Amino acid sequence: MPKNPNVKRVMVIGSGPIVIGQAAEFDYAGTQACRSLKEEGVEVILVNSNPATIMTDKNIADKVYIEPLTAKVLEQIIEKEKPDSILPTLGGQAGLNLGMELEESGFLASHNVKLLGTTAATIKKAEDRQEFKDTMEKIGEPCAASKVVESIEDGIAFTNTIGYPVVLRPAYTLGGSGGGIAHNQMELETILENGLRLSRVGQVLVERCIAGWKEIEYEVMRDSAGNCITVCNMENIDPVGVHTGDSIVVAPSQTLSDKEYQMLRTSALNIIDELQITGGCNVQFALHPTSFEYCVIEVNPRVSRSSALASKATGYPIAKVAAKIALGYTLDEIKNAITGKTYASFEPTLDYCVVKLPRLPFDKFITAKRTLTTQMKATGEVMSICNNFEGALMKAIRSLEQHVDCLLSYDFSELSLEELKDRLKIVDDQRIYVIAEALRKGMDYDTIHEITMIDEWFIDKLAILVEMENALKEGPLTVELLKEAKRIEFPDNVISRLTGIPEEEIKKMRYDNGIVAAYKMVDTCAAEFEASTPYYYSVYGSENEAVETNPPKKVLVLGSGPIRIGQGIEFDYCSVHATWAFRKAGYETVIINNNPETVSTDFDIADKLYFEPLTPEDVESIVNIEKPDGAVVQFGGQTAIKLTESLMKMGVPILGTKAEDVDAAEDRELFDKILEQTEIPRAAGGTVYTAEEAKAVANRLGYPVLVRPSYVLGGQGMQIAISDEEIEEFMNIINRIAQDHPILVDKYLQGKEIEVDAVCDGTDILIPGIMEHIERTGVHSGDSISVYPAPTISRTVKEKIAEYTRRLAKALHVKGLINIQFIAIGEDVYVIEVNPRSSRTVPYISKVTGIPIVDLATEVIIGKTIRELGYEPGLQPEADYFAIKMPVFSFEKIRGAEISLGPEMKSTGECLGIAKTFNEALYKAFLGAGVDLPKYKQMIITVKDADKGEAIEIAKRFEKLGYIIYATRSTCAALQEAGVKARKVNKISQESPTVMDLILGHKIDLVIDTPTQGRDKTRDGFLIRRTAIETGVNCITAMDTARALVTSMEQKHEKFTLIDIATVKSRGLKEE
Amino acid sequence: MKAFLILEDGTVFEGTHIGADKEIISEIVFNTSMAGYLEVLTDPSYAGQAVCMTYPLIGNYGVCLTDMESRRAWPDGFIVRELSRIPSNFRKDITIQEFLTQQDIPGIAGIDTRALTKILREKGTMNGMITTDENYDLDNILPKLKEYTTGKVVEKVTCPEKYVIKGARTLSENGPLSGSAKFVPEDYKAGKREMRPSITKSLNGLGKKVALLDLGAKDNIAHSLAQRGCDVTVYPATTTAQEIIADQPDGIMLSNGPGDPKECTGIIAEIKKLYDTDIPIFAICLGHQLMALATGADTFKMKYGHRGGNHPVKDLETGRVYISSQNHGYVVDMDKLDAKVAVPAFINVNDGTNEGLKYTGKNIFTVQYHPEACPGPQDSSYLFDRFIKMMEVNKDA
Repeated sequence: MPKNPNVKRVMVIGSGPIVIGQAAEFDYAGTQACRSLKEEGVEVILVNSNPATIMTDKNIADKVYIEPLTAKVLEQIIEKEKPDSILPTLGGQAGLNLGMELEESGFLASHNVKLLGTTAATIKKAEDRQEFKDTMEKIGEPCAASKVVESIEDGIAFTNTIGYPVVLRPAYTLGGSGGGIAHNQMELETILENGLRLSRVGQVLVERCIAGWKEIEYEVMRDSAGNCITVCNMENIDPVGVHTGDSIVVAPSQTLSDKEYQMLRTSALNIIDELQITGGCNVQFALHPTSFEYCVIEVNPRVSRSSALASKATGYPIAKVAAKIALGYTLDEIKNAITGKTYASFEPTLDYCVVKLPRLPFDKFITAKRTLTTQMKATGEVMSICNNFEGALMKAIRSLEQHVDCLLSYDFSELSLEELKDRLKIVDDQRIYVIAEALRKGMDYDTIHEITMIDEWFIDKLAILVEMENALKEGPLTVELLKEAKRIEFPDNVISRLTGIPEEEIKKMRYDNGIVAAYKMVDTCAAEFEASTPYYYSVYGSENEAVETNPPKKVLVLGSGPIRIGQGIEFDYCSVHATWAFRKAGYETVIINNNPETVSTDFDIADKLYFEPLTPEDVESIVNIEKPDGAVVQFGGQTAIKLTESLMKMGVPILGTKAEDVDAAEDRELFDKILEQTEIPRAAGGTVYTAEEAKAVANRLGYPVLVRPSYVLGGQGMQIAISDEEIEEFMNIINRIAQDHPILVDKYLQGKEIEVDAVCDGTDILIPGIMEHIERTGVHSGDSISVYPAPTISRTVKEKIAEYTRRLAKALHVKGLINIQFIAIGEDVYVIEVNPRSSRTVPYISKVTGIPIVDLATEVIIGKTIRELGYEPGLQPEADYFAIKMPVFSFEKIRGAEISLGPEMKSTGECLGIAKTFNEALYKAFLGAGVDLPKYKQMIITVKDADKGEAIEIAKRFEKLGYIIYATRSTCAALQEAGVKARKVNKISQESPTVMDLILGHKIDLVIDTPTQGRDKTRDGFLIRRTAIETGVNCITAMDTARALVTSMEQKHEKFTLIDIATVKSRGLKEE
Repeated sequence: MKAFLILEDGTVFEGTHIGADKEIISEIVFNTSMAGYLEVLTDPSYAGQAVCMTYPLIGNYGVCLTDMESRRAWPDGFIVRELSRIPSNFRKDITIQEFLTQQDIPGIAGIDTRALTKILREKGTMNGMITTDENYDLDNILPKLKEYTTGKVVEKVTCPEKYVIKGARTLSENGPLSGSAKFVPEDYKAGKREMRPSITKSLNGLGKKVALLDLGAKDNIAHSLAQRGCDVTVYPATTTAQEIIADQPDGIMLSNGPGDPKECTGIIAEIKKLYDTDIPIFAICLGHQLMALATGADTFKMKYGHRGGNHPVKDLETGRVYISSQNHGYVVDMDKLDAKVAVPAFINVNDGTNEGLKYTGKNIFTVQYHPEACPGPQDSSYLFDRFIKMMEVNKDA
């Protein structure tokens, strides 16, 4: 069936800010789909509130709206742009829910807008628990005994008929929010209550617990003619009970015979056929480990995290094909872009093994529970490819960048066999390391399997890795042993640690004996057909397939690895744009990255893609084959920067800012010298290694001080200390992981925080705009609300900032991007930190100023000057609208995480509010972040003494909006004294009703809770904040944020100003 | 122990010896299925060939003897990247290593199977030797490799005498229906392993008598019919048309099988006689090729064939595309078809080659691929229902 000629203008809904459960994979899918639609001559109107995405670029869509993803906003855009259809299956659960909302309200029908791809009826059948169950029953596909309940009483009654434990799954939530396993009535009541509230339709599925069964997923495609294929199947090493997003996943399935494989494949096809899905779909099964019994767990009628993984694992571009199907094409009409010979109706077959590991945020949330449940906690993931499972696992482990490189990386050697048995019962991110230790101590496979339910095949693979550790420890290191160690991907540094032989010698031994990595191609067809797409992975002991190319110029672009808090999708944006810019300038581009969720690892972004860990050894193996003329590290975040030294040792020139200049910005002494030369003030401080030194510096400066490790991103480990005790505590935390670099102790200055990104060509600089943070210093810049153009600083301060930026960029010999954070106190400007590389704000500032700074930086790196690129150097003219970047958090997903803001970054994503007035922009930014107030007009204020003055002002403003204000004892007293009609509420320890009861009563819009100076030690504040977050109540922990919120609410915003980002032009660009 | 795979073009792969301790010369082919190595090994169509699995991890779930597709394993050799050290599956009887030894099949592991596949793809299927002789002499071996042909293998693989498989009388006889399988811990502890789950949901073939000419049939062809209620009589390949017709079947199935179809001159002559009757005929793979040859069409050898579980086949009658299980090195030449005799009914979406024929004015349809699956997708099992329907219509007429 050819393309539907009636589809000319399509609105694509993105997934919004990155949160746990909905991350970069939707930028990848959305970008691919938009390009696929444009390829067909369809006009694309894109809506996504996330400015850090590539899909919101003007070269991806024709019209780009970075607006809050709510039905009201979408309706206004539809009225303005008049699309003929809307594609809701690319924006994750958020996009799907919105599409459904518009369809159900009749808005789409009344505006003659068609839902493309899967129909609303289908989405409902797949997403509505009861309808799904009924449908499955009708076609004889089994589901676990279950019932949809809408009240706690019903839940208890049903559970009593099927017995504990039961799994609870709220309907229409993402990443399994609010779900869990209940082993008794008390747990049931707690989880159910929460789940009912979080569900969009107030429904929770209570289900027979099938924990321990094998979890198997199929990615399937179906077109409008009913043709079905499976793209890939995947097996979770962690059995049912751990969310697939947090599981170690292997593709294809390893322990299924053809009978089981085909049984589930046939079932998956039956299901999508019955649901009449057109496009991509994910079907999850639980398979009994010792029988043919299976249950359908769930179906996602859209592209998903798993589909991104399946696309990268097989080379089959699911989103691209889904977009074509939505336009009316059938699978046999769509060419397979990898082979160019086969069609999309060909099922990929793998001749390698893929392992995915979740990137969990427990290094950021040290107080959080590490246990893994049906509630997803991972912020990102890594994938690796090898022709054996052991190798794929080893590569994935070192791709995580969490100070792990083998199964010895977490030490459990002190545990006895009995203790290990107990430890194995804990399902957390360290389980495979515990299994490895159990194997070292001689625990048999059966015992490990019985406790963990992990298939013995996987346990045996872990045992093979443990045996190799032992063999290396015992020695001697023969060529044969080294060969085998490399076959299963032991990195040289691990071999060195185990054998005691220096790494350099091991490398030499490898090279002398020809033990080098070879590269194989991911081609969707196991070499059956010739493929032309250079998408490679490494193996040892094989023939190299990577085609040798000798273009005039070749550049290596280093990606940024897994998405984590502090290093998100922004850096993928930068890597991709840099790659495109290099390509445009005639370079052959080579990307190395290991993140399956991203655009940069799509096979047609660079000329060559190496899906590999970003460690010096892995990069060197690629450099040996590719021999690039240079490498760029300034776009790939800290991951890439960390490789600078190694690249130089390999003889690869670093393009752009030199490594020693990067060092100068990080090295305290060197940097102080530069500041002295350039006459730029900064907060006093010192570098230390020990707690004693830190205390000495702190006492010299006077508390409070800022303590942080150098060379980290996202302020990891950064804290404000107010006493010697806190210094001790923080130094302990920081030094738990060995530090290669010193720790910085600075005088803490409170003032306005200002941030700039600039391009420097060695002589001139270009500053697209100055961003001002709403929150005072002390809150990490990534967690602050950021406003462009800076609204409250004077012309003088702006000029000073531009001048300091120029001086610093020149002094550091920056070629490319530089990011600087300043503090403005009155008319004084101090520098906080300088990063001679791309930053988190680059995509945001590029979009809202219309100045493509990554492209410009790349051109500058290649040798152009800013003037040659058509720009007048210096600070560019300000826009006549406001663009506000709002951080978005995923606190509700991480049990036990402290939510109060501080110098360490905690947000997972961001959204944008853009409008003619500051208030509307702010309102939109909050709305985009999910803060949609007022609702019940009741709020709680409980603040520390220092904040009481500001609390009065803010409370008065909320009161004026009609809010009833509850406050704890001392806050209440202060408010009442100032004339606010606050109502006193008891602390948790006091008698009921307490502040907790109020929150649990679900009639509270907002909690303002500022923790006591430094870190909050009271259990009360922590509990209040956690309860608020976990029950879906907005919780604000900084007075500035609270003030911004009330400001945004003080005007009614009915009709929004809608700004098409694609039309934003740089005001500084000289006319041609 | 070291082992070597020597190809006709002089390429030598060094690996580790697996399976039986003997030297073989055979035609080297590759299969791209990710699961189903036992079904591949027991598919009689591989007689006279040595199979390389492109998926690198083989043996993961061991060997479950009830999953065998015929009475023994047929390939001359088995070529893999890696054999699993332990098998893990609740139904496993023995390990793949044990199976290969028991079945007297030698093999080689630890070679770059992808490099081998690329050679076969680029240069076409060729002959090779698997040996453990470290002092092999290429000058001596290569001429021998060139000489090798699979020869007349059908006679080797067909059943020695005719036998009957009774059709199911109730659906429950088929074992658990896929999707409704229930785990019974008591049965499991008692060693009662579950049978294969069945996807058949109706006994539409109840009472039908089918004659299956065994040219190297996979068991699931007869099973697929028996599960639908048909009584299946299986005949050796050398059976005369007269003998089959005399048994008065409602329909005739020609099975898959090994080798060059043109070698089967005697069988082709008998099949022509079957064609001339009014009995509905459904043929698979070799059977399909022989029917084409019997009615004046031609076949040719493909460069490296289709072997795997992921080939898209288009049913020209409905326009639907199905993913199919495939195993063939020869194909019917579509250019030489006489529309008065037969027209294409199925084509391969990838390379446009013929995947099935419909015989003009006859109750005959034939497919090049494997609706019986095992290994591979079960998407085309509807063809057995089409065949049953054809028998019904024929009876009514």
